[in-house]
Amino acid sequence: MNAPRRDLLDLETLPTSEMTRLLEGARAFQRVLASPGRKKPVLAGTAVANVFYEPSTRTRVSFEWAARRVGADAVSFAATGSSVGKGESLLDTVWTLESMGLDLVVLRHGSSGAAHFLARHLTAHVVNAGDGTHEHPTQGLLDARTLLDHWGSLAGRRIAIVGDVKHSRVARSATWAFTKLGAHVVLCGPTALLPVAAAAALGDPAGQVSVTASLAEAVEGADAVMALRLQSERMEASNLPSAADFTRRYRLTRKRLTGAKTDALVLHPGPMNRGVEIASHVADSPRSVIRAQVANGVAVRMAVLCWCRGLDPVEAAS
Amino acid sequence: MSERTWLFVNARLADPGAGTLAFEDVLVVDGRIVARGPAAATHAGAKSARTFDGAGAILAPGLVDAHVHLREPGQEDKETIATGTAAAVAGGFTSVACMPNTVPVLDEPGRLRWVLERAAHTGLARVHPVAAITPGLLGERLSDMAALVEAGAIAFSDDGRPVMHGGLMRHALEYARDLGVPVITHAEDLSLRGDGVMNEGAVASRLGLSGIPNACEVTAVARDLELAALTGGRLHVAHVSTAGAVEALRRARALGATVTGETAPHYVALTDAACDGYETNAKMNPPLRSAADRDAVIAGLADGTLTILATDHAPHTPQEKEREFAAAPFGIVGLETALGVTLTHLVHAGRMPLLAVLAAWTTAPRALLGLPDPLVPGAEADLVLLDPERAWTVDRDAFRSKGRNTPFHGHALTGRALGTWVAGRRVFELPAAVPAPTLTTGGAR
Repeated sequence: MNAPRRDLLDLETLPTSEMTRLLEGARAFQRVLASPGRKKPVLAGTAVANVFYEPSTRTRVSFEWAARRVGADAVSFAATGSSVGKGESLLDTVWTLESMGLDLVVLRHGSSGAAHFLARHLTAHVVNAGDGTHEHPTQGLLDARTLLDHWGSLAGRRIAIVGDVKHSRVARSATWAFTKLGAHVVLCGPTALLPVAAAAALGDPAGQVSVTASLAEAVEGADAVMALRLQSERMEASNLPSAADFTRRYRLTRKRLTGAKTDALVLHPGPMNRGVEIASHVADSPRSVIRAQVANGVAVRMAVLCWCRGLDPVEAAS
Repeated sequence: MSERTWLFVNARLADPGAGTLAFEDVLVVDGRIVARGPAAATHAGAKSARTFDGAGAILAPGLVDAHVHLREPGQEDKETIATGTAAAVAGGFTSVACMPNTVPVLDEPGRLRWVLERAAHTGLARVHPVAAITPGLLGERLSDMAALVEAGAIAFSDDGRPVMHGGLMRHALEYARDLGVPVITHAEDLSLRGDGVMNEGAVASRLGLSGIPNACEVTAVARDLELAALTGGRLHVAHVSTAGAVEALRRARALGATVTGETAPHYVALTDAACDGYETNAKMNPPLRSAADRDAVIAGLADGTLTILATDHAPHTPQEKEREFAAAPFGIVGLETALGVTLTHLVHAGRMPLLAVLAAWTTAPRALLGLPDPLVPGAEADLVLLDPERAWTVDRDAFRSKGRNTPFHGHALTGRALGTWVAGRRVFELPAAVPAPTLTTGGAR
């Protein structure tokens, strides 16, 4: 294979031009998925392994289907209860797969930087499917794709991201994606659940990121509001009194969204804790694009797999 | 002719205690300083001495590292007393104080004696064990401190872990005062560290890594300074990394407290930006801090608030360090880069004079640990020949240490040890760097 070395590790360092191309490719793959055949076997013969060290349903299935719809041979591998349980290191586990002919690994891991670590040691290409509290780049791309489908452009848009931003890889990737496409991002949550120096950390030089503990302030004038999943393990940590206390101030309700634009969209990366970070009447409302996000995940990941293997994602889909 | 009898000529003698740096001959007979200056060459003992031509380099008292982890017993994959002291002498150190967090912990007299015996057989540098404040470093009760001092403990520390129990720390300082030894505090509030793995700040937030706030160190230092004032015990604060801890020490010393503080070369040279790319060789505890903290640490060294430099040499195996960032252990090696890093970033950067940096590596740690001044006639000659202008590039694969975990690999440094003598015995010679010593002998010929 003479494909150029491409890994999708984060959106922070992904050049905007490449990101735009991936998003255009995703749009092209949406059409493939809507066509009768629903496949484009451009990666026939490519061996893909989905290695998941954390439980996941949607991301794993989405990557699996994406791989199959571009013709790759995909295996999924829940790293719990395998040789990992016998103490094998992450690197040894993936080296073993590489010895069997692995071309591309999709990694979900609880440790920030795990995908970067693998990419330094592997010949196979690496796609980060979520590393600890760092990034979840394909989620950021599908969020951007979903908003682009509605708006055409993100330039000048104001997007609020609400909840446990500190521990959210979704929030980090979405912030990079949205700001690179010209949007302003407001990160919102209780101070204990906001990253320290968040604006500086997530690319403030252009002044495109602001931070507030006030939901009303964050939502004011927003074109879209994304609710983050409140992870149950956080509910027991010292930085959150209780889920109920969080809900009291940060649950997205119709009333709390009144300050947003009348046609403001609502996003959620799933899986939802209905009634905790988002009220059901909001999640199921016409302004909710939550199901579109999930649908776009497959198209985005088809584009990403092709791009990693050196193909132009738009051409691959045509 | 004794191999421990030398006449050092043509070297500038640095005497940080006296504040002097000038060409001065030194005569060492049977491992002890006999004469300095013009009296050296004319002394009767010079006749049987080998003459060592320093070629204009600096002869200084051997460096002392008040803070190393030699890993033996129990973790010989990381380091041994033999390899750790080989690294020490290659870095210009003639004495190291080794921390007690070995396996088993140095919390019983027999274990200290074992280390001392092992060092006598395999060590190239002097090894001074620091004993555990609490058995097993568990922070539950005091070790048998008097027995440990009798066995050779020169200080007490639970380094690697704080003594979280304030009452216990108070009594440790009281006993240490009675016994005439310092307590070296690893100042950290574990509840503030939480699951933190690097400095809290923009870099950690961007990388998605849990942060360790400055307050984690500063509050612990504040408590221990109060306990030192309460007890009159000699407190030494290890590895100071924050502006707040520097300021707390400055205030305490201004009020006349006998407390001292050390920092390590990496806190002088690096910031948390070095962790970018999930670089586990930049992961240590306390963590690399912000540029403002680094500048405050340098200012603290320059104004005499922090009197001691120490490496916190903490070797780990490659398989331990080449991991996901959060899973990799804290700690980096430092013995072989310490002098070069501090001369480069303090002296050549114009922040401190050479003699002041040398004092932080020699006079000050000797005073802390009660070690004799090796330049005084009659003292055992622990000496280093160093070239402050020697340019070199760090190559971790050339280390004598087993550890390769350095953030300075590939860094260009200026200043290096050329040769090291312990009690007059030559224990290190920089290969192909030192001009061949002029081996002339006097009357014994």
